[in-house]
Amino acid sequence: MFDLDPRTLITILALGVVSVLTRSLFFISSSPWTLPRWAQRGLNYAPIAALAAVVVPEIVMAQGALITPWSDARVYATIAGLGWFYWKRGVLGTIVTGMAVYLPLHLGLGW
Amino acid sequence: MFFQKELRRQPEFWEGVREQSNVSVGIAAWGLMTGVAMVESGLSALEAVLMTLIVFAGSAQLAAVPMLVGGAPVWVIVAAAFCVNLRFVVFSAHLRPYMMHLPLWQRLVSGYVMVDLTYVFFTRRFPVPGTTPQERLSQQAYMMGNCAINYLAWMGASLVGIALSSAVPTAWGLGFAGILALVGVLASMASSGLRVVSAGVAGTAAVAAWALPLKLNIVVAIASAVAVCLVIEAMRPPRDPLGAHGV
Repeated sequence: MFDLDPRTLITILALGVVSVLTRSLFFISSSPWTLPRWAQRGLNYAPIAALAAVVVPEIVMAQGALITPWSDARVYATIAGLGWFYWKRGVLGTIVTGMAVYLPLHLGLGW
Repeated sequence: MFFQKELRRQPEFWEGVREQSNVSVGIAAWGLMTGVAMVESGLSALEAVLMTLIVFAGSAQLAAVPMLVGGAPVWVIVAAAFCVNLRFVVFSAHLRPYMMHLPLWQRLVSGYVMVDLTYVFFTRRFPVPGTTPQERLSQQAYMMGNCAINYLAWMGASLVGIALSSAVPTAWGLGFAGILALVGVLASMASSGLRVVSAGVAGTAAVAAWALPLKLNIVVAIASAVAVCLVIEAMRPPRDPLGAHGV
């Protein structure tokens, strides 16, 4: 339980450096520099793209393949969650509604 | 930083706290399952705690643990984590104009605590970098309120997950609550036609490029969505005097 392999410790420290470096890469140098105009415009679309790229495969894929939607709890939970969102506009309600659909289907029916 | 009193006095700090609190249940469920998964994949509890506290990157941690347990060389694991984190490099390019008035150590700490959802919330709340000292202070206050809640929810739940790893099997799928939180935020961002296009292209590309190693499908998806939106933008007649910030 309290084992700590030195190689593991070194890896963990190195991964911490990776976290700081990747998230701050463009903050490090303070010499004047701005993104080209087209890139600045393009970045307006990056946040929603990043989110969709993380989310969509988690909903429609299992073991690296598209799922058959009619027997996967995640699809129904997402539809229910989105339904709540467009009705009431709350993210917390989206989570609760989605999980209320997901857990019975997933644990009860094994979907 | 969130320990600066000056920032906590700004109303924007508490606005950031409130907005992030709405999704913190999802973040916590996700953190809980990450904690459980690290121990289930073979890390000792102490190693999992150190990894949680130091690395603070769910997807990179989950990618690194099996490699670590399987005996992969350190540099390979580091390179893999770098690729999994590449989207953050895009975020840092975007956030640079918001950050450069701060001293280096504060920029590094701010970058470290800035993850997917806090980036999304921040850029949605402040589409344009502040120009006056008060605007910058307000923006930084919002960012830190937002990041503080995210950090606490994630860390607290991850540590609980490590402690309870034998009692909460990953098979329960509680981590899906984190995805539902992202779905809600995604829906709240889809406020213009081109943003919907961006989400659609990115989601499709991320599925199509799934076979790429190291979650590079996410980078491919961001690049294709941005490219498609820029092309559409260039093709349609200019009509918005606000330019990019009106979309």
